[in-house]
Amino acid sequence: MEQKSNGLMGWIDARFPATKLWEDHLSKYYAPKNFNFWYFFGSLAMLVLVIQILSGVFLAMFYKPDTAMAFQSVEMGIMRDVEWGWLIRYFHSTGASAFFVVVYLHMFRGLIYGSYKKPRELIWIFGVLIFLALMAEGFMGYLLPWGQMSFWGAQVIINLVSAIPFVGEDLGIWVRGDFVIGDATLNRFFSLHIVAIPLILIGLIVAHIIALHEVGSNNPDGVEIKKNKDENGIPKDGIPFHPYYSVKDIVGVIVFLMFFSIVVFFMPEMFGYFLEHANFEPANPLKTPEHIAPVWYFTPYYSVLRAVPSIAGSAFPGVIAMGAAIVVLFFLPWLDRNPVKSIRYRAGWYKILVALFVVSFIILGILGTLAPTDGRTLLAQICTIYYFAFFLLMPFYTKMETNKPVPERTT
Amino acid sequence: MSADAVNNSKRRFLVASTSVVGAIGAGFVAVPFVKSWNPSTKALAAGAPVLADISKLEEGQMITVEWRGKPVYILKRTDDNLNVLESDVDMLADVNSDASKQPEYCKNSARAYDKHKKISVMEGVCTHLGCAPKYLPDLNNPFSGSLGSDWKGGFFCPCHGSIYDLSGRVYKSMPAPTNLPIPPHMFKSETVILIGQDGSNA
Repeated sequence: MEQKSNGLMGWIDARFPATKLWEDHLSKYYAPKNFNFWYFFGSLAMLVLVIQILSGVFLAMFYKPDTAMAFQSVEMGIMRDVEWGWLIRYFHSTGASAFFVVVYLHMFRGLIYGSYKKPRELIWIFGVLIFLALMAEGFMGYLLPWGQMSFWGAQVIINLVSAIPFVGEDLGIWVRGDFVIGDATLNRFFSLHIVAIPLILIGLIVAHIIALHEVGSNNPDGVEIKKNKDENGIPKDGIPFHPYYSVKDIVGVIVFLMFFSIVVFFMPEMFGYFLEHANFEPANPLKTPEHIAPVWYFTPYYSVLRAVPSIAGSAFPGVIAMGAAIVVLFFLPWLDRNPVKSIRYRAGWYKILVALFVVSFIILGILGTLAPTDGRTLLAQICTIYYFAFFLLMPFYTKMETNKPVPERTT
Repeated sequence: MSADAVNNSKRRFLVASTSVVGAIGAGFVAVPFVKSWNPSTKALAAGAPVLADISKLEEGQMITVEWRGKPVYILKRTDDNLNVLESDVDMLADVNSDASKQPEYCKNSARAYDKHKKISVMEGVCTHLGCAPKYLPDLNNPFSGSLGSDWKGGFFCPCHGSIYDLSGRVYKSMPAPTNLPIPPHMFKSETVILIGQDGSNA
């Protein structure tokens, strides 16, 4: 065995590529020097993942996945009897919403700077898969406190499965493990929430980062820094991730933790948006709450579901539309035909289209928290149409853009 | 054939055949895992039929019993209610319950046994997304929504606003696609109903 250097690290490196991994991914991973604040959200998502795993591991020590005990074990046991249990629980419940906040912003960053474009298509696809896994994680986790909204939210979503023609009814029973959401459902959701999906999530995140470090990070100018290298083969516009961005990200972490702490300590329920009021009542299968709304991070897609009227006696079209609203994201790298990555150098009217997309997504999100009326349904339908038109018409309108000249180097 | 010569087609055949056998094996191993999600024997037993005593049910009243974890509404309608069921047909999406789920003996305007027309038995599960519609028999109520003065009493789903009449038939242009399902049931006597089991043509 050949040893490159002496000492303990030399001994380890001859057996495990510790230094090589450190260099490849941190000290010699060259990231563009012009990252702005949008680039905080990737590392913040990793931070939230750590918060969720740490708090989740401890919550699982006190939680009981049994319909007779679940609500008590959360509201009595964890929130009142366990020392500091309330804090760990609020870390976890606030972390769930924080995860979606940073992930939505992270995805928006990718959208405006064209980070999904060649050669980063797989990074984007892994990212959408992470988003899907996260939604499954959030949905299943929300059942566990076994409150009214846990139960009825799951009821609505599992019935989406039952809306599938022919096999839906049996599939619904299979997912629930009973004719109704009950102990069997709670137990399997608990297992998936704490074991299966976190494992999948971590695997996908590893793939996301490996793919990123293979092709290199994009940047707000959308120029490839690898095209301009110095005599040592180092990108001229690149700086080592560590220490430059590792230190910069700490600033982001501090600002994030300020907001996170304010929510955890002063408004953990976030006025009923992070923890819904109806969930402070134990699940009751015979009493539907007056108003059922999913947690805020699902509401845009829930609005799409409700916007589509049932056709030929089946609620299935709405389910299809909701699924399609997410599936369409996978195709983004091929829908956008404009070779220019960053929105900075794209047509002015494209910026307006993106702004309208954000507005309609937020409107869908707000509508999803409200009870439907005729006017709101119409508004949701308009926003849904815009949502799909924005993506599906991309192959046509992105070809018609007059771009601004893209600089050779980062600015 | 020399010792180091490689027979590529043989290799390909062996790789393909072992892959196929392996995949079939994995498929069989998946069966117990997939099947473990089916309702357990205990859950199946809990899904057995239930008895409901309606001896104390007055006209216009509704009771709710639980069958397979679902609320089952037992409603005793008045003569006026039954008349409405004949006159509201223009407002309904599935008048004859063709697209809806009910036993054959309840496929009529009252959606009930001919002998016990006043007694309506239905699952209180909105056909849109499974919420429990509220029984609102009175004519003046804040939930009649777009129906306004056309409201003739019925069920209102608080989740997405679907409206049903007093035999669980859904109104036109509602999120719910079909009428409320009717579970199989039979009259053990005049005052006892067995829910979850079909009766003879009573």
